[in-house]
Amino acid sequence: MNTTVIDAHNISKVYNPKTIPVHAVNEVHLHINKGEFTALVGPSGSGKTTLLNLIGGLDRPDKGNIFINGTDITKLTAGELISFRLHNIGFVFQSFNLIPVLTAKENAEFIMLLQGVKRKERERRMMQLFKDIGLEDKMDVRPEKLSGGQQQRVAIARALASKPQFILADEPTANLDSASASNLLDNMAKLNKEENMTFIFSTHDQRVIERARRVITLVDGKISSDTAVVPTTEIQTGQVTS
Amino acid sequence: MWIIRLAWKNLWRNRSRTLITVGAIFFAVILSIAAESLKTGIFDNLVKNVVSFYTGYIQIHKNGYQDEQILDNSFSQADDIEKKILANKNVTGLTPRLESFALASSENLSKGCMVVGILPENENKITSLKRKLVKGSYIEKTDQSVLLAQGLAERLQLNVNDTIVLIGQGYHGSTAAGKYQVKGILKFGSPQLNDKILFMPLQTSQSFFSADGMITSYILSIAEDTQLEPIASAVRKTLGTNYEVMTWEALLPEIKQHIATDSNNMKVVQGILYLLICFGIFSTLIMMMIERKFEMGMLVAIGMKKAKLIVLFITESVLTVLIGCIAGIMASIPVIYFLNKHPIRIGGDTAKAYERFGFEAVFPTSTDASIFIRQGIVVFVIGLALSLYPMIKILQLNAVTALRR
Repeated sequence: MNTTVIDAHNISKVYNPKTIPVHAVNEVHLHINKGEFTALVGPSGSGKTTLLNLIGGLDRPDKGNIFINGTDITKLTAGELISFRLHNIGFVFQSFNLIPVLTAKENAEFIMLLQGVKRKERERRMMQLFKDIGLEDKMDVRPEKLSGGQQQRVAIARALASKPQFILADEPTANLDSASASNLLDNMAKLNKEENMTFIFSTHDQRVIERARRVITLVDGKISSDTAVVPTTEIQTGQVTS
Repeated sequence: MWIIRLAWKNLWRNRSRTLITVGAIFFAVILSIAAESLKTGIFDNLVKNVVSFYTGYIQIHKNGYQDEQILDNSFSQADDIEKKILANKNVTGLTPRLESFALASSENLSKGCMVVGILPENENKITSLKRKLVKGSYIEKTDQSVLLAQGLAERLQLNVNDTIVLIGQGYHGSTAAGKYQVKGILKFGSPQLNDKILFMPLQTSQSFFSADGMITSYILSIAEDTQLEPIASAVRKTLGTNYEVMTWEALLPEIKQHIATDSNNMKVVQGILYLLICFGIFSTLIMMMIERKFEMGMLVAIGMKKAKLIVLFITESVLTVLIGCIAGIMASIPVIYFLNKHPIRIGGDTAKAYERFGFEAVFPTSTDASIFIRQGIVVFVIGLALSLYPMIKILQLNAVTALRR
């Protein structure tokens, strides 16, 4: 049975409402189930990042409601939203955003410190996560000594460390070369498949789109198409069953 | 605990910025300590020069003597008065004096001088007179000899073992005349004292002025100079209305006024200094907040509560300010001690102006430990108060705006 993770009803976000109104997101309905691997695509200014910010609880819609696992996050106070994000949503940013003075492990562990997770549990989870992202040997290395791809994998480990309901990734491959991007997407796909982790990407990158199982296209703040697809990689490797 | 560890690590992520901030605080602490200790040192020296070296902290006279300082306003030295005064536990000692003026002459020169009859040992206990001796030896209680201030001796071209002739008016209009051997030469910090003072044993002076058993004042030493007025009040109460009990501040109002004026001027200078400190610290804080805006946005986005973020930034500020303050205090200690042992000396017209007030133009620093602590705390508080800026910025932070490059 499919479990609903995100249920957004008729959400709108208007910038500059009093001067020159820009409808960044315009009456969007969005329903995401557990375990989806979804790409939000569209030209620049189409509203991808705004929609991602709204469902991530970073921004509030001017209209509509967003339910995450049954909680209407539009009704939460600013403080409650921060706490909600900490326990329910994982973020992966375009420019990695690791804390430079912390090691890879400390960066990923940071979110668990905020959650107040005990040391023993943190250690256990870090070992598992770094094994999953294939960076067991880089745990004690600072971000500056890691490649862009490795840094982004640490960012994924950080997002996963909090055991979120879903991960929002804003242009995660934009700053990566082909090999690193491919490696990163392999990691994400593996986590999606093995741990049923829900991923939602905002992207322009064809490599990401090719891996997605659902592609939502935004144009001028509205959903112009919402398609379930078979990832090209699965076709190439013959994983598709009729 | 992890916040302190992270704050410490954050301090060194941008070494230049941290070192600039620490440096600003470091120099601010040194400058504010130097300014405060110089101010205190100058005033202490002033009080020492003019007050404790001669006037004493408290003087007791017969009522009316301060307005008309003549021998006829002297009073009898009496054991019961001395016992009453010394009964006050804050009075640590007393010495009687008989003071008047006379014309001092050598072979060919003469000059007006102040003749002070003293009990040599008591006087030394209170004003350390023996330490002023630069030539010859100190007088004994029964000597018929005198101690001359260096300036006066030079003016009269007298040296140790020479004879000085004194002529003046004695008690109840009698004539006072005598010749005495110069037993020693004294050097005073205060040029005013150095040019006119002459000491002789009390008994000798009483004989010279025909004022047997009479004195013009008691000079009191006290346990705590900050308790000056309460002690004076207590003594006043003990002695009743026949005597006037005066603090040095009442005896030398111009010095008190001078200290008050200089103290206010120094406050303005310190205010400007604190303002510069504020600008120094504030500019680096602004730099830091701009530089780390994105990071703050990211931390709030992933779920770090603003209160925790504020604690993190305040911890960073506290550590930075603490390092600067401690380093500043440590570095200022040798500087202040050096300037205490080798005080700043000024010359020219400024020196002359100071001499007109009756004290030497020497500016030693004060090594009072409370100055180091107080100034350290002031700068620390300034640093903490400025930490309100990051606090306000964090409270106003919008994660979405902050995450936009």
